[in-house]
Amino acid sequence: MGAGNGMTVDYRVLPPDVAERMARIKSRDVVLRVENLGKVFAQRGRETVALEDINMNVHRREFVCVVGPSGCGKSTLVRILAGLEQASSGRILVDDKPVDGPGPDRGMVFQKYTLFPWRTVCQNVMFGLEMAGISKDESRRQAMQWLQAIGLERFADSLPHQLSGGMQQRVAIARALAAQPRVLLMDEPFSALDAQTRVRMQTHLMEIWRKIDITIVFITHDLDEAIYLADRILVLKAHPGRMEEVIEVPLSRPRRAEQMTSAEFQATKAHLESLIHTPAEETADEFEGTEVPLLTLVTDVVE
Amino acid sequence: MSRMSGWALYGKVGRKSRVVLGGLSILLPLLIWSAVSYVPFIWHPQVLVTDPGGEDYLEEGMRMKRADFERAVQEMHAAGQKAPEGVPVNPVYLPSPGGVFSAFVQAFVQPDSHGPEKSILQAFWHSIQIIFWGFVISSVIGVPLGVLCGALPALSRLVEPSVDFLRYLPAPAFGALMVAILGIYDAPKIAIIVIGTLFQQILVIANTTRKLDFGLMEAARTLGARGKRLMFSVVVPGILPDLYRDQRILLGWAWTYLIVAELIGTSSGITWFITQQARYQHFANVYAAMALIGIVGLGTDMLLGFAARFLFRWKQETE
Ligand SMILES: Nc1ncnc2c1ncn2[C@@H]1O[C@H](COP(=O)(O)OP(=O)(O)OP(=O)(O)O)[C@@H](O)[C@H]1O
Ligand SMILES: [Mg+2]
Repeated sequence: MGAGNGMTVDYRVLPPDVAERMARIKSRDVVLRVENLGKVFAQRGRETVALEDINMNVHRREFVCVVGPSGCGKSTLVRILAGLEQASSGRILVDDKPVDGPGPDRGMVFQKYTLFPWRTVCQNVMFGLEMAGISKDESRRQAMQWLQAIGLERFADSLPHQLSGGMQQRVAIARALAAQPRVLLMDEPFSALDAQTRVRMQTHLMEIWRKIDITIVFITHDLDEAIYLADRILVLKAHPGRMEEVIEVPLSRPRRAEQMTSAEFQATKAHLESLIHTPAEETADEFEGTEVPLLTLVTDVVE
Repeated sequence: MSRMSGWALYGKVGRKSRVVLGGLSILLPLLIWSAVSYVPFIWHPQVLVTDPGGEDYLEEGMRMKRADFERAVQEMHAAGQKAPEGVPVNPVYLPSPGGVFSAFVQAFVQPDSHGPEKSILQAFWHSIQIIFWGFVISSVIGVPLGVLCGALPALSRLVEPSVDFLRYLPAPAFGALMVAILGIYDAPKIAIIVIGTLFQQILVIANTTRKLDFGLMEAARTLGARGKRLMFSVVVPGILPDLYRDQRILLGWAWTYLIVAELIGTSSGITWFITQQARYQHFANVYAAMALIGIVGLGTDMLLGFAARFLFRWKQETE
């Protein structure tokens, strides 16, 4: 199946090297297990089913992306995984042990910048280590190693607000990883960044992921990002948030930007788009009947 | 006015005009006061008698309404006697800036100028001690309780309704009660300042604590922080700049309770000094004492504000 032969590519057919890799991933232990997870929000008497019957196994050192239309419960899912929100039903196991509430075994990087503004960059990275009861000196030593790894050791003594958004998110990643979690959860961490920085961050994240023993669950609404990063993509659908499909990404690693134009990439993206952007029912009623009246002279045309 | 000026809503004031306006805000009131004091035809509703002339009931140094004085002059003219003489003056309760200034300077140069009675500085020092202890005692209870109420919703529900009720009771209403319990000296005065400050303090600080960026709390939780560690590593440092600002405002409130507090039991401190001097009609001293309160209050606040810039640099620059 040639790359130029776009029309005939099926996103479900994995190239041999990818298939082999996927088999290897599946032979590894399951780090994160989600069983029959459900979430119902009760608000002013009304109940919103945000998630229903989510089942997922994430293997060690796997990179899983979660995509879905707005409001399908992506954030809710990752917040439950992090222990910041209580599940209404089902359970979560990390290394086959059920978890309840937040813990250092699951690190999280948020969309909003959440570095502690009163701590220097180095002190931010030290935070998780200090909370684990590790001595100041040892924490500092390890934090500096992490800063070296992400190339920000020059900024160790800067305050977060002196850094650009991209740099802040890199520090946030280092801060999460320094606590040595089993799973790194990321909720649209790059969506506030400009396009160029975002691509650099994606590459940077994969570089880190390649080199350390970490399993990543990454939420995004950017389909390119999901395909570029993930081994598998979990697609959710909205109202209620259910699993639509789990896609194994047919791209070999290491990933390169050129792959974005490949037939496999395009086929996968087309399929994801068909799953997520079902234009008819849901989004239509929001804009229905909103024809903007003409407020200029009829002769004053712009197009 | 094409650019955003300081007179546009939410506009900006330039560096130069900021200095000019700041200077004017002090100079303008002083200028008005000086004009009223030194320009004879502006107000001066009274006459200070310098020579009683033929009129029996007049004495030198007496103040009287201008109309009455003029009637006396006419009467003496009609009677062919020596007319009384006098200069137009303002009422005794409005001394001139110069008079107040020299009283103020006198307080420092000659602290014992009031004989056996306490000087303005001694009186003021006593007041400062009352404020200090009142504020310290209030803060020792109010700051931790406020922070805990802000951080623990259950405690907030338990404490805040009753505090909300208590803060509506005017602190002076506790005066008689405090004297009955604590005696007539300094203890009831300190208690009044505590009562006036504490309840507000609990509520204000609880609110400040609740405003902590929730994202930071969640980030800290996912990094394994909880309980006491979460409190002292995230909540306290996170709210510290705002807490400091609250304390500055609350210290100002403590000052406003000072006068009431000092009238309770045996009157004392600067309030005692002011009432005493007013009784002798030494109004220049009264104004000097009031100016002293204002200057020390403003000075403390400016000092604290200045310190905040160094203490909480991260907050200054993120805003
Ligand atoms: N605290 C809450 N209380 C009530 N309803 C909530 C709450 N949080 C989320 N929801 C609802 O749950 C559903 C899923 O929300 P969620 O934020 O997880 O979606 P999302 O996929 O992350 O959306 P987006 O793409 O906009 O980030 C939405 O319908 C939302 O209104
Ligand atoms: Mg979301």
